[in-house]
Amino acid sequence: MSPVAMAFRGVRERRVSSIITILAVALACSLLMLVWAFKKEAEQSFAGANGGFDAVLGPRGSKLQIVLNALYHLDESPGLMKWKDFEQLTKYPAIEAAYPIAVGDNYRGYRLVGTVSDYLSKHSYAEDRNFEVEEGGTLFEEKSMNAVVGNLVARRLGMEVGDTFHPYHGLIYNESAKHEEIYTVTGILKPTGTPADKVIWIPISGIQTMSGHDPKAATDISAALLKFKQGANMAGFQLDMLYNKQGNRLTLAWPANRTIVQFFDKISWFDKILQAVAALVAIIAGGSILAILYNTMNERKRDIAVLRALGAKRFTVFTISLLEAVGMTLAGVVAGFVVYSVLGFAIGEVVQRETGVLLNPFTGNAAMIWAPLGMLGIGVLSGLLPSLKAYRTDVSKNLS
Amino acid sequence: MALLSIRDLVKGYPSEWGGLVDVVNITAFELQPGEQVLLQGESGSGKSTLLNLIAGIVVADSGEIVLSGENIISLSESARDTHRARSLGYVFQNFNLLNGYSCLENVELGMSFGAGADRDYALQLLARVGLANRHNYRPDQLSQGQKQRVAIARALANRPKLVLADEPTGNLDPTNAAIALELIQSLCRENGAALLFVSHDPQLLSKFGRFIDLAELNQAACLSSKGGGIE
Repeated sequence: MSPVAMAFRGVRERRVSSIITILAVALACSLLMLVWAFKKEAEQSFAGANGGFDAVLGPRGSKLQIVLNALYHLDESPGLMKWKDFEQLTKYPAIEAAYPIAVGDNYRGYRLVGTVSDYLSKHSYAEDRNFEVEEGGTLFEEKSMNAVVGNLVARRLGMEVGDTFHPYHGLIYNESAKHEEIYTVTGILKPTGTPADKVIWIPISGIQTMSGHDPKAATDISAALLKFKQGANMAGFQLDMLYNKQGNRLTLAWPANRTIVQFFDKISWFDKILQAVAALVAIIAGGSILAILYNTMNERKRDIAVLRALGAKRFTVFTISLLEAVGMTLAGVVAGFVVYSVLGFAIGEVVQRETGVLLNPFTGNAAMIWAPLGMLGIGVLSGLLPSLKAYRTDVSKNLS
Repeated sequence: MALLSIRDLVKGYPSEWGGLVDVVNITAFELQPGEQVLLQGESGSGKSTLLNLIAGIVVADSGEIVLSGENIISLSESARDTHRARSLGYVFQNFNLLNGYSCLENVELGMSFGAGADRDYALQLLARVGLANRHNYRPDQLSQGQKQRVAIARALANRPKLVLADEPTGNLDPTNAAIALELIQSLCRENGAALLFVSHDPQLLSKFGRFIDLAELNQAACLSSKGGGIE
């Protein structure tokens, strides 16, 4: 019988305490990976889900609010900007494309975003990736009463091409705030893994002229999404100077993805708390291994003495004891991956539902290597002291 | 040539009042291959210490214990472990089976540290002691008599040259004690192993061809009985 098999017997013999230890290690390992790997993935996914835009121009206000509202379809718009401002912007030579968006209505809680049809037909939301509608659908035409539904919305609400719906006023669903207009779904977007999946796209004129909206704002927009020409490195600086430093009516959020990174930086204190909690759980898991093996060592002295009497060397009983610690840690690490996967997918599902951003919990991250290895290290260290006790067990004194 | 030869063996332990007190002091003792010897002595006469010395679990202060041509006292601890794993079988009064293991695994443990586990042979041994149908039972599911039969099978698992039995019938009722004794003796004979059987039960005298009174063999025990040793 090999030392590995004997170590397994030891773990099995103390199954309740072993299971508790394995769960503690699993919790610690999954927490470590969630805090580091998943958080990094979230940061990268959010920063990468900028829709292929370099900057966002919106009414005077918070850059983060403008970006969250215009690119991530979260938060409210800080106000409105004039159409002439948008037109003036499009004349700027460094701008390759500028798309206006207008928000303010919803359908059953899902935001309606008004834009121009070029946005959906010409713009690449990621490198070499353009919006596509599922088979049998088409994009809307300008000033039509048609809608293209994001994939996530279509799946959640069961919307299909040909369906009709009434928009509701505001960004929060209120049954009594129904607009009179009826929109017809002409297309369902294929999944993009970006916030575009969780909104309903309609022509911008639809939002601007919706019944009940202020007629004076019939040409206003919520924000303009900007893509600079390749090599136009100075465009951002120049527009930043123009709108943010010299002007006082509009705000330019540039670079768009840095705004999100800065947001994550601002909440890094929360990360530190999570990291401290994860580290604490890891230490507790290590302590648990140490306590279980060490405390049971007194009752195991007889077993160790018997093994020695049967010819086991000191190093063999040391190895068996250490393998028990390593085995429990390994089982905990494997269970930790399972917990991480379950939590990762669950969190990813919630994040996608709320933001449209697709998170993949298994994108390569160093934390997914060092966290399990770190836990193994803690397991080995915790197993050393009881293993040393096993090594030193006096055979003749403990043979009853 | 003797299988086991002991010469001028001395082992002492620190006493409560300082200094060393001899527990074992044997001038000469020999055991022939395949021989079965009953070693009798009262509690505290140094029986277990003598067996532990022969097994290499305890190191003597002086003298020599030559087993199969090797002086155990001169071996390193690791070499003594190997020697024990390959050449010795040990049966204890309290059986000392490991509860986390099945009967079969307990028997396999008896060979794991020597030549390696041989499941077929372990099953044969369990069948020989009448426990073939209980090889998957754990020790705590067995009676005392059955536990000792598993322990006997384990002691023979490594095909030892010498089996040390330390009061193996001490915790058994007369019926099971007789079964255990018969099993140890016949299994040793079948395997060509010598048997050093320690007991203070005078009724066992007739079962052995050779009997040694430890009080006579062990000078330290002799002193003890006269009030000069430990106890």
